[in-house]
Amino acid sequence: MNKVIKIENGTKQGVLNFLEHLITTDKISGVLTLRKINEKGICDYGFISDAKELKFADPFAPVMPINAAQTLSSLTPTTKPIAAIIKPCELRGFVERVKRVQGSMKNVLLISYTCGGVLPLNTFQGDGSEKIIADYYNAISKGETPGSIRPTCKACEYFVPMMADITIPLLGNSESESECSLIMNSEFAIQISKEFQCEIITSELDSKIIDKVLAVRISEKEKLYNKTKVTKDGLDELVNIFGKCVGCHGCSRVCPICYCVMCDFESHNFDYNIEIFETELEQKGALRLPPDTVFFQIGRLAHMSFSCVGCGQCEDVCPANIPVATIFKKVGEATAGLFDYIPGKDLEEAIPVMIFKEEEFEEIGK
Amino acid sequence: MSDWQPKILAILCNWCSYAGADLAGVSRLQYPPNIRVVRIPCSGRVDPLFIMKAFQTGYDGVLVSGCHPGDCHYLSGNYFARRKFAVIKPLMEFIGLEPDRLQFSWVSAGEGERFSEVVTKVTKDIQKIGPITKMVKGV
Repeated sequence: MNKVIKIENGTKQGVLNFLEHLITTDKISGVLTLRKINEKGICDYGFISDAKELKFADPFAPVMPINAAQTLSSLTPTTKPIAAIIKPCELRGFVERVKRVQGSMKNVLLISYTCGGVLPLNTFQGDGSEKIIADYYNAISKGETPGSIRPTCKACEYFVPMMADITIPLLGNSESESECSLIMNSEFAIQISKEFQCEIITSELDSKIIDKVLAVRISEKEKLYNKTKVTKDGLDELVNIFGKCVGCHGCSRVCPICYCVMCDFESHNFDYNIEIFETELEQKGALRLPPDTVFFQIGRLAHMSFSCVGCGQCEDVCPANIPVATIFKKVGEATAGLFDYIPGKDLEEAIPVMIFKEEEFEEIGK
Repeated sequence: MSDWQPKILAILCNWCSYAGADLAGVSRLQYPPNIRVVRIPCSGRVDPLFIMKAFQTGYDGVLVSGCHPGDCHYLSGNYFARRKFAVIKPLMEFIGLEPDRLQFSWVSAGEGERFSEVVTKVTKDIQKIGPITKMVKGV
């Protein structure tokens, strides 16, 4: 049971009132949130430091213009507290980045919510999106899975935020239009909201709704894996899947985990210099150009699959519509599963390849 | 097919396994000539990419060898190597490569005999699996 702030207002308005209070009383210097940038409803992330600008904020918009983990890690460390309203997967991505010393949790009030998934970028910004978005909100208030969300979101089991200072129940909350509750998970959240005039009760997330959604998501996940056929045929199928790859490396640019400034795959090691591929040519007689599209993905899988938070951003930006996120999620489950590791669950839990135990995997090297 | 001989990349750590291979040499111990040795400072230096690249360029097998657990010259490099190694296995299964193509062993500087045994065993195992086709064909 946690302390919960009750606000007599719709969930969105209630959160904005709370943020307005924090900004005007100088508790935080600003807030990172999704906001509308024009009349058409196009959204992006913005850092709002003036309470007047909050009217453009749309913190629960079902869209992920970028994975906010990247933005947030560039905003931190900060000397003055800031707030951030981000999705559970973005939060997990941020935690993974902090573990890699690419950001700091200090002075960041992390607000997250039970997430109903996001629409693909093109759907959110395309024609007729108003109706789709209205249907989306309608569906999630009933705890259903909207048909329009990304396949990866439909199959996401981690829609309840972990490591959030404040959790907002949104999914399956039929009263989200009339009332707003902010569940305080940390001492930092309680301290910072002390002066906020409101009703305080003790409560927690409705586990019935969560279990219900979780069951649906897990069955969707199995369906998705079967559809992508990534397990059955191994590399032959991978070659088919990645045969379309244009080699833009967009998937690694948007990935919250891929933080390397200079990716090895973009270095001169992978230039089309014929000498570099001499051995390979000797074996195959011919070489695909650009080379290494499958190898690029295998390399990323080897480097970061155990930290994949399954945000689906890679799949969303892929110009060739390759189901990158599904593949990463699937392999990530296998690699992270070896260590019972859930990426982004706990800051104290070290990245599997950064630690070791003396007594483990003893069959290796026998 | 009968005269096919596997090509195996042996990644050996400088302090133990490479010295073990040296000892096998000066002791005139026999082992199959199928390995191509790369000397690295520590088995912890092995990036999974090295292994995947080896398969891609046509090696039929990869042997990574380091100091025994607890004996690492840098104290813990081989423990990290073991963790990374555990991660590569499911990945190999996923891309449809036989996991046995990649082998890991601990050979100390005094174990020349063990080195020749390991190489013999690895070569036999990979001979059984056959030439690599998955990573070198196609794309």
